[in-house]
Amino acid sequence: MNIIELNNVGVTYPNGQIALEGVNATLRTGTICGLVGVNGAGKSTLFKAIMGFVKPTVGKVSIAGQEVRQALKKNLVSYVPQTEEVDWNFPVLVEDVVMMGRYGHMGFMRRPARADHQAVDNALERVDMGAYKKRQIGELSGGQRKRVFVARALAQGGQIILLDEPFTGVDIKTEESLVALFRLLAREDRLILVSTHNLGSVPNFCDDVMLINQSLLAHGPVETTFTQSNLAKAFGGILRHHQLVGADLHDDEDRRSVTVLTDDERPLVLYGEEGGQKITKHGTEE
Amino acid sequence: MMELALEPFAYNYMVKAIWVSALVGGVCAFLSAYLMLKGWSLMGDALAHSIVPGVVLSYALALPFAIGAFFAGMLAALSMAIVKQRTRLREDAVIGLIFTAFFAAGLLMVSINPTAVNIQAIIFGNILAISDQDINQVVIISVGCLIVLCVKWKDLMAVFFDENHARSIGLRVTALKVLFFTLLSAACVAALQTVGAILVIAMVVTPGATAYLLTDKFDRLIVIAVLLGSVTSGVGAYASFFLDANPGGLIVTLQTLIFLSVFLFAPKYGFFKRRAAANG
Repeated sequence: MNIIELNNVGVTYPNGQIALEGVNATLRTGTICGLVGVNGAGKSTLFKAIMGFVKPTVGKVSIAGQEVRQALKKNLVSYVPQTEEVDWNFPVLVEDVVMMGRYGHMGFMRRPARADHQAVDNALERVDMGAYKKRQIGELSGGQRKRVFVARALAQGGQIILLDEPFTGVDIKTEESLVALFRLLAREDRLILVSTHNLGSVPNFCDDVMLINQSLLAHGPVETTFTQSNLAKAFGGILRHHQLVGADLHDDEDRRSVTVLTDDERPLVLYGEEGGQKITKHGTEE
Repeated sequence: MMELALEPFAYNYMVKAIWVSALVGGVCAFLSAYLMLKGWSLMGDALAHSIVPGVVLSYALALPFAIGAFFAGMLAALSMAIVKQRTRLREDAVIGLIFTAFFAAGLLMVSINPTAVNIQAIIFGNILAISDQDINQVVIISVGCLIVLCVKWKDLMAVFFDENHARSIGLRVTALKVLFFTLLSAACVAALQTVGAILVIAMVVTPGATAYLLTDKFDRLIVIAVLLGSVTSGVGAYASFFLDANPGGLIVTLQTLIFLSVFLFAPKYGFFKRRAAANG
């Protein structure tokens, strides 16, 4: 199902800086879509436009066929913040955080009904955090912290989950278990939109990818879109780039090469002819 | 002994001082639960000092002091915003510059043109000699603040905890922040009457900071802070009768003593507990 329609979306800030230009895209539920670009490429501006924090100066964002404001009122969009954005010393327990996801469903005084408590419990069970209900959020490990905020998104009940740099500061095992969780959630007809500059995690995590640098450079399935030439467009010369070709790699006439792209996070490894269109191996930890 | 303990209650002005202080202390403590979490504590100090010229002017013109305080507060906030926008100065420098300027203007005005209010009353508070008219204003402000806070405390918590999420569930974040600062200014105006401009900051920081060391749940934090704020304020006003002391000084000293003992002995976040935990 098509859920987000970006129609010629452009954002120019009051100081004249152009953050986004002419973005046209349609995003479907049931997929995990990676939003990839350098810092300042407009990833967070696009997030903000989808969450209604900035109004596009031109074009239009619609969610499930409605204006963004209406969609937010219906709790269609939920947001999982970056780990660094959260004050982990804030005096709230895990269950309080997840309950905040339900506020949009409650009345004026935000008094939780039985359905709300039920939704909180279900969401926590869903992410395997039922046992940590009464913990203060700062007492959790990196992966558990992430799960709490995913539970908040689930309790909110929206079909769209926005993830902002979900894997910074979590180890590789935790990352894998989170990926498995996100895959499961996407399969239940949700759209998971991930903003990241961590290239190595994209191939085994995302179904689709959007490469942006002010304008939308490429958008499509990872297999055909997440290629070296597209990445070069998105990142210019700022990535570390190693290529192994010919005699370094093969004893025969094989023209395929290995390309390693990294920005000091997980490296992206491409293998094939012309620098590799086909991704045969991805993201191994050094 | 009992007679002596009850003696303050025989005086009308003492009874008023006690319950008005307790009320104001409770409201300020409610706000302190939020203020100290955001690193905005000094905003309370800035506000309390900035409203002084407004209060002086209101007395000179025989207007309700809350009106003058409100306009002075707005003017100060506006000047801070303009100076910050038009210069490269850092925020703390701008706050320091503006609030002292306003405070100085207030002191100057009151020293040149002594009216119903004097410097002593503004700097140290005058809860023991508060007029009935002023009590009315303080009570209206405090009760108004309490009602709004009781209705909106969860929305404010959501905004303070995660602004983006608050927006994404349709809360009006900017409006709620403006609401919070309006409540804070109102509470500072009320507290100015009880403890004076200099000590307002303690009223809007200490109870919350103390409660923060005692609990991990925000609703409990609010309850503890409000209890601490009202009880210390009421007791401070009461005890000032025997010690012949300035009530503001007593109130804040009591709050600080409680903070100190909590800092040392709190069951989870206390100094000794943490040291024991660190030593295994």
